[in-house]
Amino acid sequence: MSPRPTLAAHTPDPATDLASGAEIVVRALLDQGVTTLFGYPGGAVLPIYDALHQDTDRHGERLHHILVRHEQGAAHAAEGYARSTGRPGVVLVTSGPGATNTVTGIVDALMDSIPMVVLTGQAPTHLIGTDAFQECDTVGITRSCTKHNVLVKDVNKLAETIHEAFQIATSGRPGPVLVDIPKDVQFAVGRYVAPKARGYAHHYAPQTTGDPRKVAEAAAMIAGARRPILYTGGGVINAGPDAAKALREFAKMTGPPVTSTLMGLGAFPASDPQWLGMLGMHGSYEANNAMHDCDVMICVGARFDDRVTGRLDAFSPRSKKIHIDIDPSSIGKIVRADIGIVGDAGEVVQALAAAWRQAGFGEARARLDPWWRQIDGWRSRRCFAYAASDSAIKPQFAIERLWAAVKDRNPIITTEVGQHQMWAAQFMGFEHPNRWLTSGGLGTMGYGLPAAIGAQLAHPDALVIDIAGDASIQMNIQEMSTAIQYGLPVKVFILNNEWMGMVRQWQELLHGERYAHSYSSALPDFVKLAEAYGGVGIRCDKPSELDGAIAEMLKADLPVLFDCRVERAENCLPMIPSGKAHNEMILPDFAGDLGSTIDAAGRRLV
Amino acid sequence: MTATTDTSSPGSAYFLDHAVEAEQKATYAIIVDNEAGVLHRVVGLFAARGYNIESLTVAETDRAAHTSRITVVTRGTAQALAQIRAQLEKMVCTRKVIDVGADEETFERELALLKVAGTGAARMEALRLSEIFRARVVDTTHESFVFEVSGASSKIDKFEALMKPLGLVEIARTGVLSFGRGAERG
Repeated sequence: MSPRPTLAAHTPDPATDLASGAEIVVRALLDQGVTTLFGYPGGAVLPIYDALHQDTDRHGERLHHILVRHEQGAAHAAEGYARSTGRPGVVLVTSGPGATNTVTGIVDALMDSIPMVVLTGQAPTHLIGTDAFQECDTVGITRSCTKHNVLVKDVNKLAETIHEAFQIATSGRPGPVLVDIPKDVQFAVGRYVAPKARGYAHHYAPQTTGDPRKVAEAAAMIAGARRPILYTGGGVINAGPDAAKALREFAKMTGPPVTSTLMGLGAFPASDPQWLGMLGMHGSYEANNAMHDCDVMICVGARFDDRVTGRLDAFSPRSKKIHIDIDPSSIGKIVRADIGIVGDAGEVVQALAAAWRQAGFGEARARLDPWWRQIDGWRSRRCFAYAASDSAIKPQFAIERLWAAVKDRNPIITTEVGQHQMWAAQFMGFEHPNRWLTSGGLGTMGYGLPAAIGAQLAHPDALVIDIAGDASIQMNIQEMSTAIQYGLPVKVFILNNEWMGMVRQWQELLHGERYAHSYSSALPDFVKLAEAYGGVGIRCDKPSELDGAIAEMLKADLPVLFDCRVERAENCLPMIPSGKAHNEMILPDFAGDLGSTIDAAGRRLV
Repeated sequence: MTATTDTSSPGSAYFLDHAVEAEQKATYAIIVDNEAGVLHRVVGLFAARGYNIESLTVAETDRAAHTSRITVVTRGTAQALAQIRAQLEKMVCTRKVIDVGADEETFERELALLKVAGTGAARMEALRLSEIFRARVVDTTHESFVFEVSGASSKIDKFEALMKPLGLVEIARTGVLSFGRGAERG
C-alpha cells in the first residue's frame, strides 16, 4: 500500500491523474454529473468529507451535500431525488451504524427499482474481520438487498468501481448499488480514470430492445381483442418521460382502458377518459373488474404483486397475457405470460405502436364499444364514495380538498405508508410522471418526509407535499431539522386519526376488533413540534375550516406540519379482502359484517 | 356482489383447479466472475427465495478470464426452475448460465471417498466389489480400505449401499460436475 499522504498536502495531478482515494471519490461523483448527495459523516468517511470540503474551498460548492439527521433519511431522500428526476440518488455514510441505518432505504430502492449509489466508509483493510470499532460486514449485510455491491480494497480500482456502480444502478432494471470503501483506501494514492461507455469489470448488458417477432405477435393479439386492458407499472416511470408519452400514444391509437399500479401513477393522465384509476387491493372497482373480465391483458413494467393480483388462482382467469418487462425474471414469476417481451418499457411500446401501424390495424374502436359499456356500468358504482360529515373531517374529504387546492400547481406528492397513502392514491389525479413518490414494494413507514426533502432539493420551485399519518410521520420526523437547515418548504399533511389506521382496519376486519397496540398513545402536539423545529404548525378539526387552513399551509414558505384531525374509525375502501378475487371487492356501501367476508385461509395471508 | 354481468364467467373462480405441478431435477453450470462473495451471492439467492440446493461444486476454471464455474443441482416445478435460471442470470457477476441437465447430451460425474473397516470375508467382499465399480484403493491398513470412486451420482449411491453392510465408516463426496458432450462449448 502507498504511504499515507496528508490530504492537505496532496492535490490531484492532472498530468498523472494521481489522487487520494477520497479525492477519487469526489472526482468520480463530479464526472458522473452528481450535484447533490445525502449523507452523514463519521470516522470511516472523514477523508471523503475532507475532500468534499477542500473541493468546495477550491472550486465553490460543486457537490451539494445534504446533512440528514439519520442515515435512513439519507437513503429515502436519495430515493425521492431519484424518483422525481430520473437521475440516480447518491448517499454517503460512515461504516457500521451508518451503513446499517441505510439498509431499509436500500431495500426500499431495490423493491421499487430506484437508481441509487450508496458509498459507505469501512474500517481500514488491515482491521477488517477483527470486530474493529464501527466495523460491520456491510457487503455481507447488503448483498441480498442491493442490485450489486463491492468492497474496494485497491485504490487503483476505486474510480472504475464507482463509475461501474452508476452504470449498473441506472441501466436495465434500476436499483441500489453499494460501494464499501475502507478508510486506508481513502488515504492511499492511486490513479483516477474517467467514466467509459463499456468495458467494465462485469459484463453487465441488459436487453432493452424487444424481440420484434414477439412484438408483432403481441400487436396482432391486441388487435384481435374484444376486452383488452393496459396494466402499467413503475417500469413506465423508470423508463423515462418518453415511455409515458409512448404509452399515451399507444393507448390513444388502440383504445383500451388503462389502469396502473401504485408505483405507476402519473404515467397515464388521470383526466383521460380511458383511465380507470389504480388497481389492486384498494384500487377502483372498474379497474379490478376490468382486469378480471378482460380477454387480453397488456402488462407494461409491472410485476403482478400480491397487492395487485389478489387471489392468484382467480386472477383474470380468461385472459391472454402480454408481459413487457426489462427484467426477464419478472416474466412468468407470478403469472404465466402468453407473450413475454424483455425490454425497456418505452422502446417496446414504441415498437408495438410501429408494428400496429405496419400491420394496418387502424383505429377499429367500434369493436370495443360493448367493453366500454360494461366498464361504464362499473364506473357508475362510484366506488370511492364516502358518507360526508358536517362535524368531523373525513380523511377522503381532506385529500379531496387538498388536491383541489394544489392540482393546478403540478405538485410533487410523497406519502408514508398506510390508509393515508391509499386515500392519496385514490383521490389525487396525477397527470404527469415523476410527481408521485411512494414506497410501494417494501411499504416503508417513514419514507415520505425524507423523500419530500430529496424531491424539493431537485425541484426548488415545486410544491412538495408529504401525505402522512400520525404514526408514520414519527418514524423519520427528525428530518424536519434537515428541511429547516436547507430552507426546504416541504408541507407535511398529517391525516391524524390517532391510530395506525391500516393496522386498526385489519384488526377490525380480521382479528375480531381486538386492537392490539395500534392506538397512537401519547401523540406529540404536532403544532408545537413544528414550531420547536422552526417550522409552521397548523391544526384543523372542522370541515368548514379546512379550505382556509390548507390555504394558510400553502402560503407558508417554511416547512409545515399540518395536523389534520380526521374521523378516527374510517376504513379505507373499496378493498379486495385477503384470499378474494378482483370481482369480490368490498365496496364502501357494504353494510354487512366485514369480518365474515374473509375466511380463515384469508386471515392467514398478509 | 353483482360484479360481473358476463355469464361465461366462472364466477367463483375459486373452484378453478390449482394443479400441483410435478417437480423435476435440473443442473445449472453458472459461469461467474471470480470475485469475493460470488459464491455467497448464489447460495444466498437460493436460500432467500426458498429454493433447494441438492449439490454444489465450485472452482476457478478460467484463470485468464477470471471466471469460476459453479455447478448447482436443484429441484423444482418448471416455473420455479425457469425463475431460478432467470434470477441467476440477473446477477451482475453472472457471465452465463448453462442448463446442463436440460438434454440427453450431457453427463454428470461425482467423486467420492469411502472408508470401509473390517476383516475376513467382509473385507475381501469389499475389495472384490470395488473392482467391479472400478474404485481405486488410496489407503490401506490391516483393518481398513479407503476407496476412491467416480461416476454418476447414482453409481456412487449404489456403491455406498453395497459398502454399508461391509463396514462403511465414513464417506465424502465432491458434489456433481456436469458437462455437455461433443465439440461445442456449453
